Amino acid sequence: MPKRTDIQKILIIGSGPIVIGQACEFDYSGTQACKALREEGYTVVLVNSNPATIMTDPEVADKTYIEPITTEMVAKVIAKERPQALLPTLGGQTGLNTAVNLAEKGILNEFGVELIGAKLEAIKKAEDRSLFKSAMKRIGVSVPESGYVRSNEDAMAIIDTIGFPAIIRPSFTLAGTGGNAAYNIEEYKEYIKVALETSPVHEVLVERSVLGWKEYELEVMRDLKDNVVIICSIENFDPMGVHTGDSITVAPAQTLTDVEYQVMRDAAIKIIREIGVETGGSNIQFSVNPENGEMLAIEMNPRVSRSSALASKATGFPIAKIAAKLAVGYTLDEISNDITRYTPACFEPTIDYCVVKVPRFNFEKFPDTDQTLTIHMKSVGEVMAIGRTFKEAIGKAIRSLESGRYGFESLWPLGSDKWSTEQRYEFLRTKLMIPNSDRLWHIADAIRFGMSLDEIFKWTHIDRWFLYNIKQVLDKEAEIRQKYTDGVHISQSQDVFPLSKEMLAEAKQYGHSDKFLAGLCNVDEKAIRMYRQKEAIRPVFKHVDTCAAEFKAFTPYLYSTYEGCCEAEPTRKKKVIILGSGPNRIGQGIEFDYCCVHGVFALKELGYETIMINCNPETVSTDYDTADRLYFEPLTLEDVLEIVDKEKPEGVIVQFGGQTPLKLAIPLEKEGVKILGTSPENIDIAEDRERFAALLNRLNLRQPENGCARSAGEAKVIACKIGYPVLLRPSYVLGGRAMRIVYDEAGLEEYITHAVHVSSEHPVLIDRFLEDAVEIDVDAICDGKDVLIGGIMEHIEEAGIHSGDSACSLPPYSIGHDIVAELKKQTQIMALALNVVGLINIQYAIKDKIVYVLEVNPRASRTVPFVSKAIGIPLAKIATKVIMGKKLSELNVSMSMKLKHIAVKEAVFPFIKFKGVDTILGPEMKSTGEVMGIDEDFGRAYAKSQMAADCSLPLAGTVFMSVRDRDKKPIVPIAKKLSHMGFKLVATNGTAQVLAEHNVPVTPVLKVIEGRPNIVDHIKSNEIQLVINTTGGKAAQEASYSIRRAALVYHVPYFTTLAGAVAATKAIEALRNGNLDVKPIQEYYRT
Amino acid sequence: MDKKRAILVLEDGTGFIGYSLGAAGETIGEVVFNTSMMGYQEILTDPSYKGQMVVMTYPLIGNYGINEKDYESCNPFLEGFIVKEYSPFPSNWRSQMSLDEFLKHKGIVGIQGIDTRELTRRLRDYGAQQGIISAVDFDVQSLAQKIKSSPGLVGRDLVKAVTCNSVYEWNDSGQDAGISKRYRVVVYDCGVKYNILRKLSIAGCSVTVVPAQTSFQDVLHMKPDGLVLSNGPGDPAAVPYMVENIRGLLGKKPVFGICLGHQLMALALGLKTYKLKFGHHGGNQPVMDLSTRKVEITAQNHSFAVTAPQEGTIQKGSHGNVEITHINLNDKSVEGLKCQSIPAFSVQYHPEASPGPHDAGYLFDRFVEMMKTQG
Repeated sequence: MPKRTDIQKILIIGSGPIVIGQACEFDYSGTQACKALREEGYTVVLVNSNPATIMTDPEVADKTYIEPITTEMVAKVIAKERPQALLPTLGGQTGLNTAVNLAEKGILNEFGVELIGAKLEAIKKAEDRSLFKSAMKRIGVSVPESGYVRSNEDAMAIIDTIGFPAIIRPSFTLAGTGGNAAYNIEEYKEYIKVALETSPVHEVLVERSVLGWKEYELEVMRDLKDNVVIICSIENFDPMGVHTGDSITVAPAQTLTDVEYQVMRDAAIKIIREIGVETGGSNIQFSVNPENGEMLAIEMNPRVSRSSALASKATGFPIAKIAAKLAVGYTLDEISNDITRYTPACFEPTIDYCVVKVPRFNFEKFPDTDQTLTIHMKSVGEVMAIGRTFKEAIGKAIRSLESGRYGFESLWPLGSDKWSTEQRYEFLRTKLMIPNSDRLWHIADAIRFGMSLDEIFKWTHIDRWFLYNIKQVLDKEAEIRQKYTDGVHISQSQDVFPLSKEMLAEAKQYGHSDKFLAGLCNVDEKAIRMYRQKEAIRPVFKHVDTCAAEFKAFTPYLYSTYEGCCEAEPTRKKKVIILGSGPNRIGQGIEFDYCCVHGVFALKELGYETIMINCNPETVSTDYDTADRLYFEPLTLEDVLEIVDKEKPEGVIVQFGGQTPLKLAIPLEKEGVKILGTSPENIDIAEDRERFAALLNRLNLRQPENGCARSAGEAKVIACKIGYPVLLRPSYVLGGRAMRIVYDEAGLEEYITHAVHVSSEHPVLIDRFLEDAVEIDVDAICDGKDVLIGGIMEHIEEAGIHSGDSACSLPPYSIGHDIVAELKKQTQIMALALNVVGLINIQYAIKDKIVYVLEVNPRASRTVPFVSKAIGIPLAKIATKVIMGKKLSELNVSMSMKLKHIAVKEAVFPFIKFKGVDTILGPEMKSTGEVMGIDEDFGRAYAKSQMAADCSLPLAGTVFMSVRDRDKKPIVPIAKKLSHMGFKLVATNGTAQVLAEHNVPVTPVLKVIEGRPNIVDHIKSNEIQLVINTTGGKAAQEASYSIRRAALVYHVPYFTTLAGAVAATKAIEALRNGNLDVKPIQEYYRT
Repeated sequence: MDKKRAILVLEDGTGFIGYSLGAAGETIGEVVFNTSMMGYQEILTDPSYKGQMVVMTYPLIGNYGINEKDYESCNPFLEGFIVKEYSPFPSNWRSQMSLDEFLKHKGIVGIQGIDTRELTRRLRDYGAQQGIISAVDFDVQSLAQKIKSSPGLVGRDLVKAVTCNSVYEWNDSGQDAGISKRYRVVVYDCGVKYNILRKLSIAGCSVTVVPAQTSFQDVLHMKPDGLVLSNGPGDPAAVPYMVENIRGLLGKKPVFGICLGHQLMALALGLKTYKLKFGHHGGNQPVMDLSTRKVEITAQNHSFAVTAPQEGTIQKGSHGNVEITHINLNDKSVEGLKCQSIPAFSVQYHPEASPGPHDAGYLFDRFVEMMKTQG
């Protein structure tokens, strides 16, 4: 069928900020969709509040609205743009839910907008569990026994028929939020309550547990002619009970016979037809009883998903791109396969390798939360690895994670060597039984301990086939260990290398890294590498080609393996390698992928062949369409060196991918690899606090007083000299890992004994903490001669809150011109002194009109995409050109800092996903994503940013205030303003007293410890519309924790800093003064 | 598991050194690759592989063992089996023995631990070729000599090696229980896969299987409602007696040809066949039904194909016009034929799947429908 000509303009809704369960895979899919539709001549209108995405680049869509993804705001976009169609299936759950709301509110009808891809009825059939269940019944596909409850009474009535353990799933929530498995009536009651509260429609499904069953997913595509194909099958390593986002997953399915697989395939086809997803991709989950093969359908996502991004990367079949083309009327046979060129997209990819995905967790950021893996997703990112065997792929995946592990390291806790065998056994049993993020390594320990595979299966229900493969890797390890021990005994000399050539070759085929082998042989990594090279044990590179080599591949999408023949065929063009940023994690996310992708674009413009190395399947950078050549590989020294050796590029760019590639700069340079841009030596000066302090001294720039302690005693002396409060941090960190502000020696003591390990190799940095200082971020580009100031951002929250967690305004909204001029001057001095070539980010604090330098990062920062979007100039692209030798003067960048608009960045937090975690902000970064609000004045821009961050500011109602002593005076004007706008104020005793003294009408309210009904009761009863709560000291924080948690769970906007409260008040004022308007980003840039 | 060395040598002299799998002997055959990711048990027992050695492009084989239900014939007929990594640890609730045990038991020589992707690329670029696997002789020259003295596929009647010895009734006490048998179907066994028989049973047919040498007169004496020409190995042009039989049956009874049966029917109708470069062997081949323009994903296993008539999609012949009904979207080769004036149709692919997708299963119902309207 030809494409539709009755529609010209199509609206796409993105997925908004990165949150747990919805990450950059939707930037990947959305970008593909926008590109595909524009290729076909359609006008694309995009709404997405996330500035760190490629899809919100002004070139990707015709009209790009960086506006909050709420029904109201998208309705405004529709009213203004009048698209004929809305493609709802590419923006994750957010995009889909928004489309459903628009349809149900009649907005789509009103403006004549057609849902393409999936109609409302189909979406509801897939999403509403009772409709899904009856649909499955109609087509004879079994589903777990279940029932719907809308109240506690319903819940009690149904549990007898379902039994324990019972799975509790709230309707219409993302990534299993609010879901749980209850093992007894007590848990059941509690979880039901939470689930009813979490579900926006107050509806919960209670389901028969299939915990421990095998879990599978199929990625299905359908076109308007009803052709259906399966793109990929995925088998979960972790059985049912662990959210698929938190599971290790493997493609294709490994332990199904064809008979069983075809039953599943038939069911999937029946399901997509019955649900009625007209075109595009869907993801269907099944579970299989390992005892007898009984198969149940678990759920269906009528849209592209995290798994479809994984399936696309795993097979080379671009699901989102094809889905977009199908939505406008093409059929699968009319679209060609990009990789094979001469065969159509209407087929089922077949692969000749094994793909393993491993999730990446950030529990260290939330030490108070329960780390058990459940049906509600907790991981923040993932890596994918490709190998010719499962063993090779899982080995590569482990080192891709960048968790400091290079293989199956032993995880016995300190002191366990003194345990009895029973104690060790019990420890392992617990670690195996309760799913956790380290289970893979505990399995390895259990195998080493001698536990049988049957027993490990008994505790984990992980298929024995996977366990056996891990055992094979460990057997190889044991063999090498034994050989090493023997070797040492026999020779006692250093020159006999214990590993035979054959053994090393086998170990490499089993996925062992050089670094891990080095540990086994008690040599350094380089020794293994040299030996390997001497014996010509080198990886080869093979194609991901969708067809297992049946047809020739034209797209160089490569992975390494230890096998016979290399297919890499490097070209002789001038080329550059860009190192990606690896798995998403808090502190290093999509922003860096954005920069890498821009690096690729700019290099292409300059005529270079571009080579991308990355291992994150969610990203745009790992789209085979982005760089000329893609190596889907771990970002470790070993793996990068092999590619460099194969490709022989002019150099490697390390400054775009965050800390991951930056860490490799010096090791790569030592191996003779040319690092393009700022030299590793200068990177080190900026990263090494002592060298940096010396530089600032030389430049006469001011830093908060600081010192570097190499022992606990030294730390106390330095802190005392500087004076409390002090900011503590380990050197070389990103995202404020383990950073803390302490107010006294007791706090210091606690930090150095529990939080970090202080030694001469791991010094701790101690800075004077500037209380109530304004923090500023500056992003700039330097070519060694000139400096281009990209953006000066003023943080909303005061210094001390991690810059990634703080909202910020561009341009600054409160500091004077003189300070701005001073900031520019200092940035210039430092960029030139460090001989920066490329990007530089500097953080400053301003206190009493004095500018202090907090830190300098000679690399792309998290704010580069935000600044680029705010000012309409692609900084990363310009930086790339500078890195490649262009001068800023010749690039002719028109830079007017006189913006007529204000852009506000706000951070988005995962607190709701982590039970028991406080929402207070501090120097350790906790946010997963960001949004941008853009408008003509600060109040409106801030209001939009809050709305986009899912915090809708109230226009009327009751405000609760409880602030620490030092905020009691400054809160008065805020209270006055709110009161003046008609808000009713309630406050805890101390705060109320101060307000009353200043003649602000206020009602006192009880603290939690003072009795009931207290403030938490009021929040739960929906009587509070805004919470302002600042705290000082640990005791006060603990006492008020339940207030913040209640606000979070009950979705009441809350502010935990005074600065945030001030900004919120301004925003409320602006909102009351008139409606918010929407405007595409392209129009802001027009001058 | 003991690791015994083995070697694979191709006609062009390329050698791949790996380890022995299954019987540790020596074997010669045409090397073809199969891209199915699952279904090795069905592939091993598919008689169409007589004369061929199969390399699985999916690298991890043996994962779910061998079970008693998924056989496609009583014995494997293929000459050798080639995999990247054999898993000695099967994990599936139906598994009864390991793949290695099965191969040893059946005397099938195999090899593991070689770069199967490189082998596949070689076959793709230079075409399928004869190869030899040996766990006893490692002299490439001597092995190459052995290949030279072995016969290829072209012009060789392999059907006689795989067809049944005598007529038998198919009795599958499984999935067809309770289905009334309204039609009597005779299946010409050129190396039939059990699943064709199972599917016919389920579609309501009582099934009689006859050896390929059975004359058409004898078959007509059985008073069948319809005839199925089964799949089978090798070159259709080397089985002239089948072509003669089909000529005698066309127009008299409804005929349904599958794979080799399709090629033989084409020859009987005056079309030609040719050898493909490396064939179609796998479960992901897109086939378009030219009448509906819909696509089905099909299971395929053939090295020969029907030459498309020069006039386009219609060939005029002794039995009236023959229409091309299906084509392969990858290479546009002929996938299905239909006689416009007599009840006969055929497909190059496997509607019985096994292994592979079930998209084309409706063809058995279409055949039954044809018998109904003719009867």
